[in-house]
Amino acid sequence: MSVATPTQTATTTGLERAAVRNWKPPIGLGVFAVIALLLFTVGSRSGVTMFRLSTTSDLIQLPEVAADVAVVTIIVTIVLFGIAALSAWRAYRAAPTPLWLTSVFAALFLVAFLSWAAAGATIPVPGLLVGAVGLSAPLIFGALGGVISERVGVVNVAIEGQLLAGAFASAVVASITQSLVAGLIAAVVAGVLVSFVLATFSIRYVVDQVIVGVVLNVLVIGLTSFLFSKVLSPNSAVLNSPPRFQRLPIPLLGEIPIIGPVLFRQTIIIYIMYVAIAVVWFALFKTKWGLRLRAVGEHPQAADTVGINVNRTRFWNVSLAGAIAGLGGAYFTLGSVGAFNKEMTAGAGFIALAAVIFGRWDPIRATLAALLFGFASNLQSVLSIVGSPVPSQFMLMLPYLVTIFAVAGLVGHVRAPAASGKAYVKS
Amino acid sequence: MKLELRGITKRFGSLVANDHIDLTVEPGEIHCLLGENGAGKSTLMNVLYGLYQADEGQILLGDEVQHFSGPGDAMAAGIGMVHQHFMLIPVFTVAENVMLGHEDTTFGGRLDLAGAREKVREISSRFGFDVDPDALIDDLPVGVQQRVEIIKALSRDAKVLVFDEPTAVLTPQETDELMAIMRQLKQTGTSIVFITHKLREVREVADRITVIRLGKVVGEASPTETNEELASLMVGRAVDLTVDKGPAHPGKAALVVDHLSVVDSRNQIVVNNVSFTVHEGEILAIAGVQGNGQTELVEAIMGLQHKVRGGIELNGHSIRGSVRKTLDAGVGFIPEDRTEDGLVGEFTISENLMLDRYHKPPFVRMGTLQLGYLDEFAREKITEFDIRAQGIGTHVARLSGGNQQKVVLARELSRDLSLFVAAQPTRGLDVGSVEFVHTRIIQTRDAGIPVIVVSTELDEVVALADRIAVMYRGTIVGIVPGDTPREVLGLMMAGEIPRSAESAA
Amino acid sequence: MSEQLPPPVQPEATEAPAKPVADPQHSSRTEQVLRDIVGGNAMISVLAVALALLVGAILIAFTDEDVQAASGYFFSRPGDTLQAIWNAASGAYSALFQGSIYNFRRPGFADGIRPLTETLTFATPLIAAGLGVAVSFRTGLFNIGGRGQMLVAAGAAGYVAFALPMPFPLHLIVAVIAGVAAGALWGGIAGLLKARTGAHEVIVTIMLNYIGLYLISYLLRTQGALQAPGSNNPKSPAMLPSAIFPELFGAKYNLHWGFIFAIAATAWVWYLINRSTLGFQFRAVGENPHAARVAGINVKNVYVYAMLISGGLIGLAGVSQVLGTVTTGFSEGIDAGIGFDAITVALLGRSKPVGVFFAGILFGALKAGGYSMQAAQGVPVDIVLVVQSLIVLFIAAPPLVRAIFRLPIPGTMRRARALNPKAMVTR
Repeated sequence: MSVATPTQTATTTGLERAAVRNWKPPIGLGVFAVIALLLFTVGSRSGVTMFRLSTTSDLIQLPEVAADVAVVTIIVTIVLFGIAALSAWRAYRAAPTPLWLTSVFAALFLVAFLSWAAAGATIPVPGLLVGAVGLSAPLIFGALGGVISERVGVVNVAIEGQLLAGAFASAVVASITQSLVAGLIAAVVAGVLVSFVLATFSIRYVVDQVIVGVVLNVLVIGLTSFLFSKVLSPNSAVLNSPPRFQRLPIPLLGEIPIIGPVLFRQTIIIYIMYVAIAVVWFALFKTKWGLRLRAVGEHPQAADTVGINVNRTRFWNVSLAGAIAGLGGAYFTLGSVGAFNKEMTAGAGFIALAAVIFGRWDPIRATLAALLFGFASNLQSVLSIVGSPVPSQFMLMLPYLVTIFAVAGLVGHVRAPAASGKAYVKS
Repeated sequence: MKLELRGITKRFGSLVANDHIDLTVEPGEIHCLLGENGAGKSTLMNVLYGLYQADEGQILLGDEVQHFSGPGDAMAAGIGMVHQHFMLIPVFTVAENVMLGHEDTTFGGRLDLAGAREKVREISSRFGFDVDPDALIDDLPVGVQQRVEIIKALSRDAKVLVFDEPTAVLTPQETDELMAIMRQLKQTGTSIVFITHKLREVREVADRITVIRLGKVVGEASPTETNEELASLMVGRAVDLTVDKGPAHPGKAALVVDHLSVVDSRNQIVVNNVSFTVHEGEILAIAGVQGNGQTELVEAIMGLQHKVRGGIELNGHSIRGSVRKTLDAGVGFIPEDRTEDGLVGEFTISENLMLDRYHKPPFVRMGTLQLGYLDEFAREKITEFDIRAQGIGTHVARLSGGNQQKVVLARELSRDLSLFVAAQPTRGLDVGSVEFVHTRIIQTRDAGIPVIVVSTELDEVVALADRIAVMYRGTIVGIVPGDTPREVLGLMMAGEIPRSAESAA
Repeated sequence: MSEQLPPPVQPEATEAPAKPVADPQHSSRTEQVLRDIVGGNAMISVLAVALALLVGAILIAFTDEDVQAASGYFFSRPGDTLQAIWNAASGAYSALFQGSIYNFRRPGFADGIRPLTETLTFATPLIAAGLGVAVSFRTGLFNIGGRGQMLVAAGAAGYVAFALPMPFPLHLIVAVIAGVAAGALWGGIAGLLKARTGAHEVIVTIMLNYIGLYLISYLLRTQGALQAPGSNNPKSPAMLPSAIFPELFGAKYNLHWGFIFAIAATAWVWYLINRSTLGFQFRAVGENPHAARVAGINVKNVYVYAMLISGGLIGLAGVSQVLGTVTTGFSEGIDAGIGFDAITVALLGRSKPVGVFFAGILFGALKAGGYSMQAAQGVPVDIVLVVQSLIVLFIAAPPLVRAIFRLPIPGTMRRARALNPKAMVTR
């Protein structure tokens, strides 16, 4: 028998909504349009910029593209103002600005800026992008670790420490064993060890997670610098001369114009990274592990009441996050530099943290954010070679500025996992 | 399945929350657990559900002794729980919430969401629920969320179902529906434990009643006993169910709220075009089921809401602007969540007594705190309001709920008031403190101060109000005299406008 | 008919000891002090320092060449190894002591005491910055932006000091004010963004560190800004004598008037936090921002004020660096990691002004001693970072220290609020 019948009160959803206009997107776009206008008129430059699309070793050679700086900047500036106006009109009608519109805006701005900054010179597009992927790699590993850790409810400010510990351990172990695999494993172990401390102090001893993270960074910097000066430097031939990863082009895929050299003529650690991104995304959103992980990060008490051990889940996932970030550390020593150096991560962990937030705690978006940051910093070095009028320091500032814009909500609403940063204490 | 608790004892430090409690629930029985706030009901159920481990005693299910080291074990044994504060993840869908903790997977470790959806639909149709498996919890009204909780428990084949204070968030109609669902579950042989402190509900649905007080079982009762008998069993002495209150002598109109609307952070119109007047020397009670805009209405009056339209005038002057402005206009305020909004737990009693008077003499001179004056003031108030504490330097987090509320009362009532707003002033308090707070509120009225009392407890509304405004979905359904029958109020709380609604407006 | 339970008079019986004692305020304060000592807060601090020094000693011993050499024949002559361990550790810590407090190898008290004045010189910016971080902690904010705030403060004070000649006391005063104001501004940005947009101050201050770094780095490479005229190095010119903190005890010692500023700042912060209405609002917001808002406190303004003051105090640390310690011109490393050290100082001092003062002196001693340890014993100064971060980790987790030393658990375990302000206790 069925006694209960659904009633009006129980089934009608929500209350009436007020139409609210959000002026942030048009204001943001407008500001950038004005910046473009000022940059391209006050700092007006003339000449032709060449975009080289192929490398010399490519099977398929694409022609170089020439862009007249004056024409490109004028047209783009007009279009940018158009997009800002469109956004304002949508805001007036209480409609959001779609993501694709913002993306088009950003892409156009970038093209115009590149032509302007490199006026009269040639920009090697594949080179620019290959460098960007390289600089992004540790950021992406760090950000994936950050996403996992924060999704399970532990703020991970210690990414910097995990990267540095990974870099140190992989350099030493790979030097001694002359084995890259052993180096990678050592990086993973080092990252996990840092995570153990983070997890133990924040979960077991309920110390504020941000504080543990900050202190851990200092600890790892102190420890690695101490050991570097005292042990590594005097014996660098034995302890700090690891082998380096060689490029491993993938047949066919590596021959695709532009994409090939950028994505598929990379080292094995980059390929590991591709796999890591895909696996983390799939596992986080499609599997039992991910469902439980997110539940713990959003509402630990609810997870507890359905029989999930909150603190155990947190402990092991924070450890996993450390393992992934540790791999990013290995990229420094085994992938790019070829030896360990004091404080060689130089704040990459914090940019990774920025990528986590800018990517809204989503592995794919965080990866894209890390790529953006890597691109900005590589753009800086490419432009300083071709002689850009923009001081390199301002290009280097870009990721940090963008992140402040992001957290200030000017780039859309940012929502952290609800229980992130909060210890779970049963009483 | 038969559930039996034998000699359950649970201690927290020196406090004995459960003292050798015995309880038997037969299959297909609705067993009510009745007790005051703080009597130990929730502790007992958390022991049963594996969230706490008992220090002594046994749990038997179908005559087998159980050992629960966590809720997972309890659920596996067939115990389900509908929590007072729903244990649902707001950003997950219904199906995801239902499957969480016992997920089925398909190839590659992929979650079997289709199976979970099917399960939600199947249980929904069995009980006549209308629940969309793909809806986000965040978007669902509380009544539906509670049904998701029930589905969650049933999806794990619960044989014993615990309802912890389930009616607090429901309209009278929804409460009736819930009772019907309980009876339906009972038909299928499910044992039900129903925890509540509302006597009327107990008498309506219970097969048997166990009353606990101060952590001990004090007796069993039958649903046929009167309210007075049940209440005295629960409280431990004869209880007078009315509040001593003389007739009101309303003076001139003091607070005038005119076409007030409030929009929340999700852009929902939570208070919709509300107008009313409060006179000097009267208590206007704002009744309604929780979540119908009362909280936001009060916050708007206090200046705590951002998106507000309409007028709020006190004695002819607008008090819209900032919280500071409102307080300085002489508005006293008891917030509904005292530990969250009313007190700073790590502050001392003295510091809390000056919490909203930090900006001017006599507490502050030349930007400097006057600690000597503050100490003297605090000692005086401790005596006047009978605040039981070691001293004025005690942190309020260490006080009992009743004493904490007295600190808030002492602070607010020792200012010169031109309006007093009390939101849920007795929520979670024991009987003695309830009495104290009610007396103080009536004294404030009798001093000629206009008073607004917001309460979701119909009993409190009826006991205190000179006039009653009932809110439903952001609007005032009607303003009626204080002696309006509760059947009429119940209908109004569900949004029906009675014929006499305008009589006291 | 009312169905609920209201009732005749009967006092509730839930609160155990009901009688107010004769002088409650006084006795509760005395009790508090007693409880702190017996209950172990002071004890924990001492033990944490001891434990951290012990770990440091182990690190020093095991990286020491003599120990390594002796351990090669450990099983034939274990005494040699133990002797070498003792020599390494005691040698290092004796150098640490002689470099930070009193040097016995120097003739006469005036020379012997010089290390102590060095300690106080190192402590000066640590105290100022530590106070800044403490003010933010007490307001429930986490200012990790010390580095950026110090850098912009150093830049502003430095610019006034070398580029705008003025007569002596005035020049110094204007330079100090400029620096403090710049630090306040840099901190205030984070406060303003938090107040207006809800942007998390941890993220914003981290990002502002890098923005400040690149800004100063740019200015130090720009003629007419901070770069020394005619130089190609990213370094400022020397400060004019009229803007330099006078030495406190004559030219023999480096200790300068900045230390007096640090003492004054300590006293002022004590008044601010404990006695002023502004500090009352800070603390109320820090402990419970919701209740503070309901009590009419303008929480948003409080965030801005607190970050202004916090940034200003940290700015004072930057000022002390350029006008007191490194007066010959500064580079972008002028912050010397003090911005991060300040967090550990504030934590060790439990965010109380007097505690911060002594914690600053302790860490100043570690720094001063660390350099002489490096010079005398070849122990890299980075060991100080290790010891410092371990101290904070141990202090943050009293149960860990108790477990290590097998101390009894005090009757009422009170967690240090500053260390875990956001712990979410369920039920």
